Amino acid sequence: MSEIKRGYVRPLDIKQGCVDMSHGSGGRAMAQLIEELFAGAFANEYLGQNDDGAVLPAAAGRLVLSTDCHVVSPLFFPGGDIGCLSVHGTINDVAMMGATPLYLTAGFILEEGFPFAELKRIIDSMACASKEAGVPVVAGDTKVVERGHGDGVFITTTGLGFLPEGVNLSGNRARAGDRILVSGTLGDHGMAIMAQRESLGFSSPIISDTAALHGLVAALMKSGADVRTLRDPTRGGLATTLNEIAQQSAVGMMLQEPALPINREVAAACELLGLDPLYVANEGKLVAIVASDDAERALAALRAHPLGSRAAIIGTVHEDSHHFVQMTTGFGGRRIVDWLTGEQLPRIC
Amino acid sequence: MKYVDEFRDGELAKGLAAAVAIATKCAADATRSYSFMEFCGGHTHAISRYGIADLLPANVHMIHGPGCPVCVLPIGRVDMAIALALEHGATLCTYGDTLRIPASHGLSLLKAKSQGGDIRIVYSCADALALAQAHPEKQVVFFAIGFETTTPPTAVVIRQAQILGLKNFSVLCCHVLTPSAIGHILESPEVRDYGTVPLDGFIGPAHVSTVIGSRPYEFFAEEYRKPVVIAGFEPLDVMQAILMLVKQVNEGRAEVENQFSRAVTREGNLKAQNLVAEVFELRREFEWRGLNIVPYSALSIRGHYAQFDAEKRFPLSYRQVADNKACECGAILRGVKRPWECKLFGTVCTPENPMGSCMVSSEGACAAHYTYGRFKQLVQA
Repeated sequence: MSEIKRGYVRPLDIKQGCVDMSHGSGGRAMAQLIEELFAGAFANEYLGQNDDGAVLPAAAGRLVLSTDCHVVSPLFFPGGDIGCLSVHGTINDVAMMGATPLYLTAGFILEEGFPFAELKRIIDSMACASKEAGVPVVAGDTKVVERGHGDGVFITTTGLGFLPEGVNLSGNRARAGDRILVSGTLGDHGMAIMAQRESLGFSSPIISDTAALHGLVAALMKSGADVRTLRDPTRGGLATTLNEIAQQSAVGMMLQEPALPINREVAAACELLGLDPLYVANEGKLVAIVASDDAERALAALRAHPLGSRAAIIGTVHEDSHHFVQMTTGFGGRRIVDWLTGEQLPRIC
Repeated sequence: MKYVDEFRDGELAKGLAAAVAIATKCAADATRSYSFMEFCGGHTHAISRYGIADLLPANVHMIHGPGCPVCVLPIGRVDMAIALALEHGATLCTYGDTLRIPASHGLSLLKAKSQGGDIRIVYSCADALALAQAHPEKQVVFFAIGFETTTPPTAVVIRQAQILGLKNFSVLCCHVLTPSAIGHILESPEVRDYGTVPLDGFIGPAHVSTVIGSRPYEFFAEEYRKPVVIAGFEPLDVMQAILMLVKQVNEGRAEVENQFSRAVTREGNLKAQNLVAEVFELRREFEWRGLNIVPYSALSIRGHYAQFDAEKRFPLSYRQVADNKACECGAILRGVKRPWECKLFGTVCTPENPMGSCMVSSEGACAAHYTYGRFKQLVQA
C-alpha cells in the first residue's frame, strides 16, 4: 500500500471493530483491512510484489496443484482453528502426491459483522502455520457477504508443489498383498470438533490433530519404501479413504481391528455418542499403501518422525471383485467397513 | 477402555462360542436347530458390528425383531412431524436417527429441513426444553419416539415445562411399549399357526429392561412357553445370552433369565415407572410399521398435561399411509423374512436412499446387514 493513505486513515479497531460491507467494496477500507491484518502477517517477497498476481520462479519438472475449501464450525477448537486448518489441509493434499509444497494462495469470504479480533486470531494462526511449514502464502483475495449469508469466515487455499522425478503415487496403485499403514491415532479432529459443537463438556478435552504432514511424507519417501498410495483421511475418516482406494485400485482390503490406533478419550467419546471412530475426520494423519516387503521399513520411518510415533500396520490388500473393505473384529468376527451414509448420527438407545 | 473392553474380549468370545457349539450337540434331537429373536435394534447392531454370527454354530439362527424405534415408526407419524415444521411453523426438535425416515410425497425430515422447515437435531429432550426457554417467540415441539428407555426423560421435561409454565413447548408423543410388540409377534399367525417363523426364544431388551424390569416378560415365558434371556448390548452379553437360551431349550425350560444382572432387576426402576404413569396413559391403539395396528401398545400424554401435547395444541390429524408395495419391512420386522430376501434390498433401497424404515437407522435389520454383513450373500452367490 502506498504511504499516502496512512496519513488519513484511522487504524482498524481490532478490539471492538468488525467487518462491514465496505471491507469488500474494493475501496480504501478494503485496502486498509488487507494492509493491517493480512499483509503484515503473511509478509514474504512474493506477496510483497503487490500486483494482481505473484511472479514465481519456474521449477523444472512436474508440479502438483491442489485446492481445498474450509467451512468448519466452530471456527476455534481445541488444538487449532480454521486458519491453521486451511494451511495444513492444502499442504497435506499436495504432500499426499509425494510432492514438496512450495506456495499457497488464500481466498477469504468474510461475513458482515465478523469481529476483527477473531479475524486477526485466524490470520495470525494461519501465518504461523505457513511459517512453521515453510510454505508462504503468495497471493490472496477477500470478499465480504451480507450478514446471514456466510458462517463467519470461509477460507479457500490452493497449494502448488514440486513433484520429484520417479515419484508416482495414486489411489489406483494398490495391489493384492500390499500392506495398509496409518501414521497415528484415528478420529481426534472430528471428535474435538463434535465435543465443542455439541457443548458436550468432556472433562479431558480431545485435541484436534491438525498438522502439516509434508515432513512426515518426506521422511517416508526417503526410507526408499515402495509407497503406492498416500491419502489423508479427512472427511469420512479412514473408512471412506480406504473405500475410495479400494474402488480406484479395484481391490479388497482386510483390516485388523486390534491394530487400529485410537486414543482412549476418542474411543470413549465415540462409545458415548454411538459413533464409529473409523468414520471420524482426521487432519494430521495419513494412510499409506506400501508394498508388502517394505512395510516394516515404512513403519520404522513413520515412527521415527514426531508426527508418526503411533503409526501402525493395520491391514492388507487382497483381490476382491466386490472391492469390499472388511475388518476382522477384536471379537473374532468379520464385518464390512462400508462407505459412510449421510452424516454419522448418534443412535437413540 | 475400562468397563467396555472387558465385554468385547475375543478370547472369552471363543470360549463362549465353543460352549454354544457343545450345548447345541447336547440336545435330545441332535439334528435340531435353534432360532432366537433378538428383540432390540441394539442387539441387532452388536451382532452385525462384531460379527457374532460368524462365531455361532450353523444350527443357531438369529432373527431380527422389531425393537428399533425408528423402524417401527409409521409414515403417518413422520408426516405429522413434517406438517408441524412446514405447515405450522413450529421448531421441531428430534433425535438424529429420525431425519432420514422416508415419509409421504417423497419427503423426509431432512428434506423438509432443506425446504425451510426449522428442524433441529437434539441429543436429549432437555435440549428441546432449553431451546423453548431461550426462544419464547418460537413454538418448540419435541418429536418423542422410542421404547421405554426414552420415555422417562420425556416425562421429566413435560413435568419441568409445567413447573416453568412454558407456553411454547409441546411434545409429539410416539412412545411405544415393548411387551405389547412381543405379545403381538407371538400372536401372529406366522408364529402361532403356520410355523413359518420358528421361534425358540427371545433375547430380551437391555436398556428397556433397566426401566421396566424383568417381570413383564414372565407372562410370555409362562403363557407361550418361550424362554426369554435379558441381555446387555455388548457382544459378550449377547453370546452368553445365546448359550443360556440354548440350555433352556435343551432342558425344556421356558423361564425369564437375566444375563444383564449388572443393570436389570425384576422390578426395574420404580421411580421412572411412577413418573411415566403420572405423565402418560395407554393409547387404545397405535399403528406400528410392520405390525399394523397394535392395541394398547403406545402412550399418549395425560389430560392433566394436555397443554404440552402437540396433537392437542396444533390441528394435526393422523392418516395411515401404506408402505411401498415391494417393501418387505413389515415381514422383516415380524421375523418372517430376512433383509436379503426383499427385492428392493441393496438395489433401489440402500442406506443412501432408503425406501423402507429398516434401511434407515443403523439398528434397523436391513441397514445393519447392508453395512456390516452383505458380503456374506455375495460370497455365497
